[in-house]
Amino acid sequence: MAGAGGGGCPAGGNDFQWCFSQVKGAIDEDVAEADIISTVEFNYSGDLLATGDKGGRVVIFQREQENKSRPHSRGEYNVYSTFQSHEPEFDYLKSLEIEEKINKIRWLPQQNAAHFLLSTNDKTIKLWKISERDKRAEGYNLKDEDGRLRDPFRITALRVPILKPMDLMVEASPRRIFANAHTYHINSISVNSDHETYLSADDLRINLWHLEITDRSFNIVDIKPANMEELTEVITAAEFHPHQCNVFVYSSSKGTIRLCDMRSSALCDRHSKFFEEPEDPSSRSFFSEIISSISDVKFSHSGRYMMSRDYLSVKVWDLNMESRPLETHQVHEYLRSKLCSLYENDCIFDKFECCWNGSDSAIMTGSYNNFFRMFDRDTRRDVTLEASRESSKPRASLKPRKVCTGGKRKKDEISVDSLDFNKKILHTAWHPADSVIAVAATNNLYIFQGKIN
Amino acid sequence: MSQKQEEENPAEETGEEKQDTQEKEGILPERAEEAKLKAKYPSLGQKPGGSDFLMKRLQKGQKYFDSGDYNMAKAKMKNKQLPSAGPDKSLVTGDHIPTPQDLPQRKSSLVTSKLAGGQVE
Repeated sequence: MAGAGGGGCPAGGNDFQWCFSQVKGAIDEDVAEADIISTVEFNYSGDLLATGDKGGRVVIFQREQENKSRPHSRGEYNVYSTFQSHEPEFDYLKSLEIEEKINKIRWLPQQNAAHFLLSTNDKTIKLWKISERDKRAEGYNLKDEDGRLRDPFRITALRVPILKPMDLMVEASPRRIFANAHTYHINSISVNSDHETYLSADDLRINLWHLEITDRSFNIVDIKPANMEELTEVITAAEFHPHQCNVFVYSSSKGTIRLCDMRSSALCDRHSKFFEEPEDPSSRSFFSEIISSISDVKFSHSGRYMMSRDYLSVKVWDLNMESRPLETHQVHEYLRSKLCSLYENDCIFDKFECCWNGSDSAIMTGSYNNFFRMFDRDTRRDVTLEASRESSKPRASLKPRKVCTGGKRKKDEISVDSLDFNKKILHTAWHPADSVIAVAATNNLYIFQGKIN
Repeated sequence: MSQKQEEENPAEETGEEKQDTQEKEGILPERAEEAKLKAKYPSLGQKPGGSDFLMKRLQKGQKYFDSGDYNMAKAKMKNKQLPSAGPDKSLVTGDHIPTPQDLPQRKSSLVTSKLAGGQVE
């Protein structure tokens, strides 16, 4: 699979390989909870890569420009800016502890020299402006170069301050704070294609905001039942359509996706389209509903398809066909016979994300044991790769991994019982145009680049 | 090419490792797992994935500490120690009055992320 946005699978005839590029973060075994990465997102050009962590911090990496004197550093991501986005809070009225963990980061399309992103924790969304400063004024009249005020009576001549270059400084400042609009925990934010509005979704409600207005938002979906005893499902993810500014989707804990059109009514409690794969009632078990819960939903770049991630699979849907998905890709079907223990250790509730490559020809999602899976939609091939320090030699290509389910374990295979369920890859991101992926493995960020040998 | 019910039929091969007999009996592993779970927890509700899970999810972050209750209980007990929550500190509620020691500590000072090369202070 060649070319920009190409992804895919080394198993194909062409010699496309994913190679280790960089890893960020501490090596030591003792992982502080605050260092656990909770979201990863490329901006629209792919030049910036943002991460958020459980400690409420955002770190932004910038891709280096091509440099003839250092050819190997081409395309490397280095720290551009870092700031504390959210802090822990306590709601005394409700006796509720509010985590500072960054649930999602979404970039705004760039409109001027500065970069803007939205970051959110469980309750509050913030708009951050990241700007560069590489000049400063010198030659003020009323103060010295070190800032001390000059005695006005000693000033005998006036001068015009001039701009002098200085070392690049990247500043992050909160421009808007969108607070107090969510009773439940925010799981998604999504910027609209109109670049003026965005939505935020919690377990039971979805709100529409204008980026300029912080003191009010419109409620567009409300699934809270009059009697909470009747609660049967919650909202798990929501996203705006990439081109149609009136369309958005939201997924539920029952494995359904609803597409809503804001033109039809102000309150979109009634969906325009309802996507659900019919279930065979005879195969229903205690776990059926839990593993059908959708943890992530993403539109394709084209806007023709969308992808949903449930516990064991990724499904690609055609927006024109509600009855069943177009494709179903098994992520780790071998876990079906481990559901009892996965329920006991709560892993069955893990929320995996998924992403498309730039051309929508491939999709990626994470698994356990620091494995992540890629599916090439064109060649119908898939591969399992691992983010580990062992395969982290510069430009070393990643070897496909295999999990063995049966009795006989081949060399290089790993058995299901040896998988480390604490090493979860929940967050991955794909560069919007190039063959570059970012994989968050607990407290480490891996960057891999694709090459054709 | 869409996928049929994965529990019923062998999964369409997309380069996946072949699971042979295990796949054909796809329906059984899940039921076997369910039986295992019911054997361990016989009182597990009949309604799978129902309100209990959702309510727990919605109540994430809830801490129960009433300074009034705490001080009154302390006054009554005088010299005696108030019973502590025990090992499961996440559910500090019910017939026990939470004490400050039971509630998880607030996080300490904020340092720069290690992804940005921050040092541990």
